[in-house]
Order: sequence, then structure tokens, then C-alpha cells
Amino acid sequence: MNLGDLVNIVDGNVLTDLFNKNEVILGGCGADLMSDVLASIEPGAVLLTGLCNPQVIRTAQMADVAAVVLVRGKIPPESTIELANDEEIPLITSPFGMFELCGRLFKAGLPSLEKSVSDQSECGCE
Amino acid sequence: MATNPPQRKRIISDQEAENISRVEELAYEIKVSEVMSSDIISFSPEIKMQEVLEVFRQKRISGAPIVSPHGDLIGVISMEDLIRCLVDTDLDSTINKYMTTKLTTILPTDPLIEASKKFVSTNFGRLPVVDKDQKLVGMITKGDINRGLLRALETDYQEEEIRKYRASHLFEDIESDRTSLILRYQIQQGDFDIGGQASSNIKRALIRLGASKQIARRCGIAIYEAEMNLIIHTTEGGVLRVEIEPHQISIDAYDYGPGIKDVDLAMKPGYSTASDAVREMGFGAGMGLVNISRCVDQMKLESVWGKGSRLKMRLFLDSVHNKNEAENQKL
Repeated sequence: MNLGDLVNIVDGNVLTDLFNKNEVILGGCGADLMSDVLASIEPGAVLLTGLCNPQVIRTAQMADVAAVVLVRGKIPPESTIELANDEEIPLITSPFGMFELCGRLFKAGLPSLEKSVSDQSECGCE
Repeated sequence: MATNPPQRKRIISDQEAENISRVEELAYEIKVSEVMSSDIISFSPEIKMQEVLEVFRQKRISGAPIVSPHGDLIGVISMEDLIRCLVDTDLDSTINKYMTTKLTTILPTDPLIEASKKFVSTNFGRLPVVDKDQKLVGMITKGDINRGLLRALETDYQEEEIRKYRASHLFEDIESDRTSLILRYQIQQGDFDIGGQASSNIKRALIRLGASKQIARRCGIAIYEAEMNLIIHTTEGGVLRVEIEPHQISIDAYDYGPGIKDVDLAMKPGYSTASDAVREMGFGAGMGLVNISRCVDQMKLESVWGKGSRLKMRLFLDSVHNKNEAENQKL
């Protein structure tokens, strides 16, 4: 799945200047707790979250997240959008809720890039 | 560049361009004179349309300016004008009759964005470039703009590559018994807005120094959690100190209070003393130290209640996969 497909599936609105619709999205991860994201996500995933502060973008940058989708039509503060532009991380807002979005993307063939708790002895980098 | 998006979409038609915001910046930075062609084919006003036809065919061009003997721009003749002439079977008439004299021109000192705007508003394929005295100095096409932008983007890319190359050879180029690079960052307590900035700078530095993506990611995550801990839990912030050596990265996160009452309890997954406000920001679930321990090869937390804490972390670069072996060594 590429970023252009993803935006169509989630009926999203792109908030950042940077948007390459051909960028490949390898999988997905949904969480509101940033430590959970840092603990479980593998590189190249889209992050679905209800959190809007700049730490979402920092987390995305640290964990090599390919794009961030904000659930339930949330509009983040300007500082979040600015940071997303600076760090070149596409930021998208979608009117749907977390469950609906995960379902839509999973059904469209996007695999999960969340590691389960039992599989967490390493940090998912290898 | 937060100008109105609809306009931007019309100007930058090449959706393939990877970094649109950089393209926009360049469109403001680069001047028309840098991309225009100054070696131009022009006509004098008294020649016949027959000659225009011949020149268009031979030189494979689809338009040209008409210039007076003094070098002043008088008009432009395009393929469309030539077609009108052919329809009238009027090739014997002079160029005056068919040329366009209502001209849209551009200054050589204008930025490319101005040229782009004029292309959009007029639908012309080319614009004459004239100086302040109306003397023709060149012609610019949409293709010239695209080529100029691509060339500049390529230069940008090369500059970053050179920077990376230089940095990654730092350790090879300097001889000593033990070379290391130390980065220090002062972290302010409660400063959530710029929280993660130090981690971000460290991750970027590591990539420039030639670290693998995996190492940069592991380091980034560990340092980010440590940085957030300094922001959330300390009384007056603390310091992040990163020492980079060819074979290992050592990270120290230390602060001057309040310290941790029970270090073993703090290391337990899920244990946290964070406030609700911090939890609302997506942190403080008692997973930070657990995350750090999974990302680094060695980790040691020391704390004295009332004094402060020191978290030491280490990653080995030459033995990325033998983490267990590393754990057996003392820090």
C-alpha cells in the first residue's frame, strides 16, 4: 500500500506540506501511549493515534514511522504540524475512530507492524 | 512555506517531486537568470513568414522572439501564429502581421515562482526575459524551470552526502589511542514542547557519523525515553551526555533531584509516579526504563533519594547481535 492509497482508504486530509503519494507503507500500528509505540512498532509503519501533541512526531521520528494518522478528525496544534514539516513526516487527519481505521486498513491488506508483548526481548530493529 | 495550497498545486505540476516543500523554497531562491536560455534564436521584424516556417522546422523550435535592430523586444511568434498563417496560405506576408505584441515578460532577477505564476495565468509556453530597459536577454520555458529545480535538488542531496562522508570519516582521519566524540545537551524540566529535540539531534548526528539505521533507531528510542524522564520527573532538569567511539556509544542521563526512592520498583514494568497530565500526553505509563533496557546492550540506574539519578546506557557497535554476551560484562 502506498501513502496515496492510504489517504483514500482513511478518507484523510493531509496537514503537512510534504506528501509523496508513492511512499510505501509497510504496515500499521495503533496506540495512544507513546511508550507502547516505542516498544512495539517496527520501521516503515503508519501510526494511528488520538494524541495530537508534538511528542507524537518525535516518537514517529525516533521509531522510523512512515506516516501519522490522527483519529476522529482531530486537528493538532500548530507546533505539531510545524515539527512534522521540519522532520518530513506526513501527518494526516481522518474523521474515523481508531477501531474503524484499523479495520479499514487491515481489510485493505495492510499488515500489523506491532510486535506482541511475548515477542519483545529485542527492540524490533533487527 | 505556508502559502495557500491551491495555488501551490497549480504551480508545481510535477507530483513526482519527492520533497515538495524544498521545491517551493527553491522556487523562491532561484532566479530566472539562472535557468533561462540566453543563447536564443530571434527574428528581425521585416522577415517573411516563410522564413519562420523554415527556422522552426530546422531548429525544431516552436516559438521565438522578434527583436529590433537595437535589441528591443517587439513581439513573439509561436507555432499557433504560424498555423494561422498556414490556414490563410499567407506565407509571403511579413512576421509583423502574425506576431503577438501583447507581451508578458519577466525580469532576469525575478524568482522562478514569478515565472511559474505567469505561466499559469497566461497559458503561454515561453516567456521573454527582458532587463529594465526592455532589452531581450533570454527566454524561459516551463522545462527550464523544472530542469533548474531538479538540478538544485540534486545539489542539495550531494551536499548532505558530502556532509555524511566527511563526518563518517572523522574517526578514521584522526589518529589517537582512543578517539571519542562527546555531545552534551541540557534538558529543562517540564519543557514538553521541545522535548525530544536533543534525541532528534543525536539520532541525526549518528546517521551522519555513519551509524546503521538500526543502531540510530535503538539509540534514538533509548535516549528519547531518557530525555522524557528528565523532563517529567526531575526538579530542575538534567544533562544528556553521549560519547561516541568507533566501537561503542555510551549515554549518560543524569540529574540533580529529586532521585528515585526505590530503584528496583522504578524498573518494574508498569510502575510510574507520573501525574495525570503527563499520562494524557502519552507518557508516564511505567514503560520507559523497560523500553530503554530492550534497546541498549548495557544499562545501569543509580539514584540517591534527595540527591539525583544517573542512568548509564551503552551500545556496542562491533557486536550488534551478541547482546547476551555484552550483558555479562560489567558496566
